[in-house]
Amino acid sequence: MEYVRAFLAGGLLCALAQLALDRGKWTSADVASVLVILGVLLGFSGVYDRFVAWAGAGATMPLSGFGYFLAKGVMVEPRPDGLVETGAAVFRFAGALFAFIVAGSFFASLICKPKG
Amino acid sequence: MKRVGKQTWVFDEDIYIRAAATAVGPLEADGPLGGYFDIWHRDLYCGEETWELAERRLMSEAVARCLQKAGVSAHDVDLFLAGDLLNQNATSNYVARELPIPFLCLFGACSTSMQTLAAAAAFVAGGLADTALVATSSHNATAERQFRYPTELGVQKPKTATFTVTGAGAALVGRTPGRWRIRAATIGKVIDAGLTNPLDMGAAMAPAAADTIEQHFRDLGTSPSDYDLIVTGDLSRVGSVIVRELLAESGYDISDVYNDCGLMIYRPDQKVFAGGSGCACSAVVTYGYLFHELDRGTFHRLFVVATGALLSQTMVQQKQSIPAVAHGVVIEAAKQEPDSLP
Amino acid sequence: MGLKANYLREVKAFQPSPPYAANAIKAFLVGGALCTLAQWLAEWHSRLFAVSPFAAQLWAVTVMSGLAIVLTAAGKYDDFSQFAGAGAMMLMTGLANALASAAIEHRSEGWTAGVAGQMLKAGGATILYGIIVAYVLGLFWP
Repeated sequence: MEYVRAFLAGGLLCALAQLALDRGKWTSADVASVLVILGVLLGFSGVYDRFVAWAGAGATMPLSGFGYFLAKGVMVEPRPDGLVETGAAVFRFAGALFAFIVAGSFFASLICKPKG
Repeated sequence: MKRVGKQTWVFDEDIYIRAAATAVGPLEADGPLGGYFDIWHRDLYCGEETWELAERRLMSEAVARCLQKAGVSAHDVDLFLAGDLLNQNATSNYVARELPIPFLCLFGACSTSMQTLAAAAAFVAGGLADTALVATSSHNATAERQFRYPTELGVQKPKTATFTVTGAGAALVGRTPGRWRIRAATIGKVIDAGLTNPLDMGAAMAPAAADTIEQHFRDLGTSPSDYDLIVTGDLSRVGSVIVRELLAESGYDISDVYNDCGLMIYRPDQKVFAGGSGCACSAVVTYGYLFHELDRGTFHRLFVVATGALLSQTMVQQKQSIPAVAHGVVIEAAKQEPDSLP
Repeated sequence: MGLKANYLREVKAFQPSPPYAANAIKAFLVGGALCTLAQWLAEWHSRLFAVSPFAAQLWAVTVMSGLAIVLTAAGKYDDFSQFAGAGAMMLMTGLANALASAAIEHRSEGWTAGVAGQMLKAGGATILYGIIVAYVLGLFWP
């Protein structure tokens, strides 16, 4: 059942994003940024926690999930305090993804040439 | 040589294209016109390390083959006119570096093929050069990475997008008789229809093409039936319909003699969206396929209108619209006695 | 009204519009399938290593991003995206593709100015706006 929910949630988010691209004439960077920002906002308000509990990867795989991971890093107990702790907390979970993608991309470029 | 009307040069004296050569990438070689090109590469890198070097190699090869066909040494050429799509016309400049020929660099985006050919004809007719070499090139990957996105980035392109042709064309213009004659050239005005979508260049360029074609008819007092083929550079599936409609509104029905290089170079099942584009599109189709058909006698008089979207990434990001220009050249088979342009 | 006199408006009739429904359905199916695969990975990981569901989700998304980088390096992700649209672009795999494609594309300009300097040119906006909003909200959220 959790697979069906992941499929439906992830698929619907993608379909909505597709409509924003096609009908709204947004660029893909616009849509992606909006998705991430939405994920951050909903992550802070706690709504996304419930969405993840329901849809699993259907909520974490879309780019809004990246926003959720950013927010989730800050929304832990005890709450980080001040400029330094908050700054570090933002990267607590999202930083793992970011570091992996940056390093992975670097090594990909080490090995592969663009195929065109 | 004289100017007729507002924008058209007519070459009364004999200005010939002595030789022409083309080099193309894998997709173009695989297309319906593949057999008409001189040099083809199986690999998009053309045996080089980077995309830019690949494009340079295509142009170098086309130039070398063209000189070889004409039996002319580069030292005997008086002027080299070339242009491409890269910033600072990098390909042309680096190809010119290897040649002992005075060099004028021209930029007209995808209209460069006919821009250089018209200019070369004028220089030769004016006595400033006996032999002039023209060349132009484009490469799918260099154009993608400069004007759009990294080549491997997953973006869903719309049906209106065009596919930059990988290839290069070169031609040698001179007074020594050759198989093809340049009879006239119409230099286009820059027309900006106000479109801003760089993934729909056909619609942005069609008004410029229509303007140049209509001006050509007016200047010379000709009509579409005076030409065996009127071919535009890279208007693709979208723009080629628009240009016909625009000219029909002005009272010129070109449907019977019209085609577009961007639609000729690829098979319908090749995944190229609305069709081919780029400097090389009109160059390789004209210098390869159309010249061959002039030899065979399929056509006698061509009007090649190369269309260029003068796209600047920076200007588009600043929400400026895309200006376009089109230059047309009338080319005839030189076999028969040329009948006079009406 | 003539096309010439009113080009910007009349030209729309000549510009094919995207197949809205087909594109949305493709995005739905592919995006959904990728999420299902990630869910399967997360549950497998959670069961095998007895980690929390949250940590398993983060792990699954990371692995999927790794798959996207491999596909990008193989030159396949762009073809896949042309088919799937947002179903491939608007997932974490799409962000991985954005960074990897830029890095691979610019290796010809060297490791600093090319790969490192240009890596974020396609995906940077997404990451930066996420960080900015999260940081500012983190400072002021009650």
